[in-house]
Amino acid sequence: MNFKLILNIALHLLQARLKQTIVAAIGVTFSIAMFIALVSFMNGLNKLLDGLMLNRTPHVRLYNDIKPTEHQPITLAEAYQKNTNFIRSIKPKDIGKSIYNGKAIISYLKKDSRIIDVAPKITSSVFFNSGTIEISGVINGIDVLSEEKIFRISEYIIEGKVTSLLQNNSIILGKGLANKMLLTVGDIVKITSPNGNLTSLKIVGISQMGISDVDDVMSYTSLGTAQKILGEPTNYITDIQIQLHDKTIAPELSKEFRHKFNLDAIDYKTVNSQFETGSKVRNVISYAVGIVLLIVAGFGIYNILNMMIYEKMDSIAILKATGFSGNDVKWIFISLSLIIGFVGGMFGLLFGFVFSSIIDVIPFRTSSLPTITTYPIYYDSVFYVIGIVFALFTTTIAGYFPASKASKVDPVEIIRGK
Amino acid sequence: MENNKVLETIGLTKYFYDPVKFKVLTSIDLSIDHGEFVSIVGKSGCGKSTLLYLLSTMDTDYEGQILIHNELVTGKADKVLAQIRNENIGFVFQFHYLLIEYNVLRNVMLPGMKLAKYSEQELEHRALEHLKILGMEDQALKMPNQLSGGQKQRVAIARALINDPLIIMGDEPTGNLDKRNSDLVFDIFRELTVEKKQTLLIVTHDTDFANKTNRIITMEDGRIVS
Ligand SMILES: Nc1ncnc2c1ncn2[C@@H]1O[C@H](COP(=O)(O)OP(=O)(O)O)[C@@H](O)[C@H]1O
Ligand SMILES: [Mg+2]
Repeated sequence: MNFKLILNIALHLLQARLKQTIVAAIGVTFSIAMFIALVSFMNGLNKLLDGLMLNRTPHVRLYNDIKPTEHQPITLAEAYQKNTNFIRSIKPKDIGKSIYNGKAIISYLKKDSRIIDVAPKITSSVFFNSGTIEISGVINGIDVLSEEKIFRISEYIIEGKVTSLLQNNSIILGKGLANKMLLTVGDIVKITSPNGNLTSLKIVGISQMGISDVDDVMSYTSLGTAQKILGEPTNYITDIQIQLHDKTIAPELSKEFRHKFNLDAIDYKTVNSQFETGSKVRNVISYAVGIVLLIVAGFGIYNILNMMIYEKMDSIAILKATGFSGNDVKWIFISLSLIIGFVGGMFGLLFGFVFSSIIDVIPFRTSSLPTITTYPIYYDSVFYVIGIVFALFTTTIAGYFPASKASKVDPVEIIRGK
Repeated sequence: MENNKVLETIGLTKYFYDPVKFKVLTSIDLSIDHGEFVSIVGKSGCGKSTLLYLLSTMDTDYEGQILIHNELVTGKADKVLAQIRNENIGFVFQFHYLLIEYNVLRNVMLPGMKLAKYSEQELEHRALEHLKILGMEDQALKMPNQLSGGQKQRVAIARALINDPLIIMGDEPTGNLDKRNSDLVFDIFRELTVEKKQTLLIVTHDTDFANKTNRIITMEDGRIVS
């Protein structure tokens, strides 16, 4: 088959019906543009929310949980090995939250090629003393530089600087917590640790993550200061946070480390399972809307091609009389449809990009998300590939049925009918 | 080749079923030799056009056999028949069917481009030659709607000639033309048989036209009577 000739004929047929062709192509353009804008926006939103939660969660966290001893004495006793043992009223055993030999584990992990960085952390609940009342909260002792590298904690500091934590006896308070106690940067806050130590710390910053449950209780200080508040030695840490190159392997690695270090380990997926669901739903919505728009555009193409075939009966009859087979005619109309799909689709990609860029600069400010100033858009070439494939696929399907009809036109009937 | 036959039919019979079953063509046996200029005449409705559509391979719903160049075409696939039409048959209709999307030159070239025997430049050259013979050279770049009826018919003849077909068929090609143009078309056909030994099979109800051809086939009620 001579595709150059078939394409040439298709183009000439289109030229003769330029207005209708353009209308059909605009339908495709519109749906592809909407699809691109929608998918980019939804994914931007997903990435934003992921950033809000997932990026604040280490891919794998190692810690000591408070729980009962796994192997109770009776299961170890040889005499009762084959029995089913019921034990009531087991109490958890406090082996201490401290990670034994934490420094060695960290330096071992830092050599692992799958791991970007490792940050030690101390978490403890404390009381903030404000006048006569005590407000419960959480203090995080962090390795300032590693924490910044992994979690970009500075993005959430709305007053002061995270590096000020490197000074002794300094603290950054969550915004909600600071508001409750009517404290600002430069003030002194008194803290009571679980074992009764009272310490005074200087406020060097205010943080806001955008989740009020967190901002109402959270505070940050350096590892050293935290150890001092809690009255622990300088090798005391309660958490090891691990950031991976490929976060999808987090569940496996968490299992591996659990066995290797005999610690509890949890991966980000388990922590944030409900967030994943939200992302999935948003994705499904954007694809569903895109497909619906394309189906509508497909019907438009189908109609216009049907009409065109009706108008072009004479031309089809001549082509057949002069030696074009039904198959040739079918390909002429399929190429016609493909041209509409391709041109419309390409413009759709272009306009989709333009729309996304416009959304990307529309101001969007909310007090709960201090780092966001415009609507989020995520640019990904994959969306554009999907868009054009969608366009070509729908137009081919939409063109196929009219094309088969055209291929079955009986030239004798047309020629006789005059 | 043992004989000189371009076209032959054996017991060609056709029925129409709508609104009632009736026999349009009854056992047509016909043979046309190379270089003949044959006309088919008969009353309106006697089945001339129907016969021509069968011979052109466009209508395949019939009984009997059709041979083109001693080769059986009956029962061949759509694709093969299209190829046969493209290569061997030139068709001229009563209503000069040209593609309105293409200019005159392209219209003439189109069957040639489908056959793809010559390059595009060669085809263009050949098309212009044919147009020149038909006195249409200066109209080559016009669109069909800018031409008169007689001019359109001449373009259709040029298109029928482009692949050097075995036979040119015409269904009342002068039926829609005035006397002057109709004479002109006849002269062109005449020239083609004399100079190029082109085989022609022309349906007409114009007896003047028919009388000037080599052989007249007369039809009556779906049969050849002489
Ligand atoms: N598609 C059709 N269905 C039924 N009858 C038809 C059809 N086409 C033509 N006929 C009939 O067949 C007969 C022959 O028609 P046709 O070959 O066109 O005659 P002619 O060309 O000699 O005038 C006519 O009686 C006509 O009415
Ligand atoms: Mg007729």
